Amino acid sequence: MTGNRKGGDTAHQLWEVFTQPGDGKPFEHAGSLHAADGELALQNARDVYARRSEAVAIWVVPSKAIVSSTPEDVGPFFDPANDKPYRHPQFYRVPQGFRM
Amino acid sequence: MSNRFFEYLLRLGDDRLVLGHRLSEWCGHGPILEEDIAMANIALDLIGQANLLLLKAASVENAGRDADALAYLRDAREYRNALIAELPRGDFAFTIARQFLFSAWALRQWEALASCRDADLAGIAARAVKESRYHVRHSAEWLVRLGDGTEESHARAQDALDELWRYTGELFLTDAIERELAHEGLAADPSAFRSAWQKDVDDVVARATLRLPAVEHWQQGGRTGLHTEHLGRMLAEMQVLPRTYPGARW
Amino acid sequence: MPQNATTDDPRRLAEFEARIARCKTIEPKDWMPERYRKQLIRMMSQHAHSEVVGMLPEGNWITRAPSLRRKMGLLAKVQDEAGHGLYIYCSTETLGVDRNDLIQQLLAGTAKYSSIFNYPTLTWADIGAIGWLVDGAAIVNQTMLAKASYGPYARAMVRICKEENFHKRQGFEIMTTLAGGTREQHAMAQDALDRWWWPSLMMFGPRDKDSPNSDDLLRWKVKQKTNDELRQRFVNITVAQAMAIDLTIPDPALKYNERTKDWEYGEIDWEEFWRVVRGNGPCNRERLAARRRAHDDGAWVRAAAEAYAAKHEPAASVA
Repeated sequence: MTGNRKGGDTAHQLWEVFTQPGDGKPFEHAGSLHAADGELALQNARDVYARRSEAVAIWVVPSKAIVSSTPEDVGPFFDPANDKPYRHPQFYRVPQGFRM
Repeated sequence: MSNRFFEYLLRLGDDRLVLGHRLSEWCGHGPILEEDIAMANIALDLIGQANLLLLKAASVENAGRDADALAYLRDAREYRNALIAELPRGDFAFTIARQFLFSAWALRQWEALASCRDADLAGIAARAVKESRYHVRHSAEWLVRLGDGTEESHARAQDALDELWRYTGELFLTDAIERELAHEGLAADPSAFRSAWQKDVDDVVARATLRLPAVEHWQQGGRTGLHTEHLGRMLAEMQVLPRTYPGARW
Repeated sequence: MPQNATTDDPRRLAEFEARIARCKTIEPKDWMPERYRKQLIRMMSQHAHSEVVGMLPEGNWITRAPSLRRKMGLLAKVQDEAGHGLYIYCSTETLGVDRNDLIQQLLAGTAKYSSIFNYPTLTWADIGAIGWLVDGAAIVNQTMLAKASYGPYARAMVRICKEENFHKRQGFEIMTTLAGGTREQHAMAQDALDRWWWPSLMMFGPRDKDSPNSDDLLRWKVKQKTNDELRQRFVNITVAQAMAIDLTIPDPALKYNERTKDWEYGEIDWEEFWRVVRGNGPCNRERLAARRRAHDDGAWVRAAAEAYAAKHEPAASVA
């Protein structure tokens, strides 16, 4: 049997919904919902998270497929990026009078 | 022409109003929260279409009635919807099966009306085509899941089709009014899309592992105001306030 | 709190409270005191249940809305409530609980929801009164919750506040129309205000001195204002609106305090408050029975969807 059977009842699995708010815009996390399969999840995402024309495209992803960093990762993941100024354009000097 | 066109607009509008009303009865009682929201969306689309159609009908009639007067102050005998729209909501299988049969028909009808000679009706149709396309997708996918789900859901979906099928013939009836209007480019002749609709239905019913029943007699009467007993009760509830407080604004 | 002392590492607790003090957001995977998690689950699930049960009293009038415009407005509003329940259930699930378990608690009668929904909607004016007063009170509360320290809750609230803008206006428009309509309509509006006023004040919960959960919620910035502060804000906003549409707040003790600029109100009937909270309001049984019926009637639908997914999308459907 699929899904979570609890108290003689079936709960559909959880999906994360990402919506694209406009043409060319990046997708944003809108929220989540429960659905038995991908097509129903997509349809429900449309009705739940785009009923005020908030989206031009939708992704749905099973929540269990998301791999995320943990709070313990904050230091090793993100702090080392703080002292790499050579990744930013301001690090490089350009002679006066040039437009880049 | 205007009497006939008014009559036709009532048919279009009443179909949507009555079905939208039936669907709205689910609000707060759906099988899953997500589906509650989905059904309310479809109900809102249908009532929105009805509102535009009855507004247009009121302006064609030009007798001082507005859309609300048409919705709230006509008796069952004056309603022009097809019978399939007024049947009580039944269980979820019945609601889904009806929505699919109706929406697949309505989509073809709207597609034809998008090139209607009346610019207002063509405009309403252009918008409604998109809504109906979604209604077809939603109800078809659910019908497939119910038909090809569990033994119980299969039986319920089959019961729903068995009950509903005899009401579908009425959707393709044409009378002099519709034939003449169609000839003038103001109405969609349903006989032109009957086989396309039949194929849409056959495909989904097959995917759903269901079958269409044989029909001895097609139920009909809605277009001339001969309804089931259900419509009167539905309207009694829907119209209670404007009937109780004549002339009041809300 | 004794619970913290026994279950939570004092060093982590101190770090957590320091984060809260710096107005940092707490996210699902962050360490949090067990009591913070429990209080959030309690409060958020009650909030979600309230949205879902709240569909019933208003849904009662969808099929009787007196015009097409009102019908669409009301249906869209009740639909939003389903959406809001859904957003909050999902946010609650980030705390490691399952929506199905929360719903089972509601159906078993062991979870609470806002008592306001245990009152009946007797006339069309009640739909106006609910939008104006009940949504008005909810907005006061939710505007504060949109700044809650728990990220998923705050984000759901931001979305909800944005969508609820129209709810209160819808209700106030209905009340304005009725109050300015026929004599019968005006009486209908006044009657609805008479019945819904005090239950609306009760929505903010017990007085501060009787509110057992408030201290923690305030300290950890789940709430930023006390029940009484929020209630006062609501009264101040609403009294002026009632006067503007020629309706009378049913409180003879109501008077304006020039010094504090507050409308002071009479004593709430706390006996009634606790009676309804404990399950003996006019509609407690009906509301739960309606939810149970919907849930039970839907069981075969959910089972069908799962069975279909298992046949056709086995990879995605493995829980």
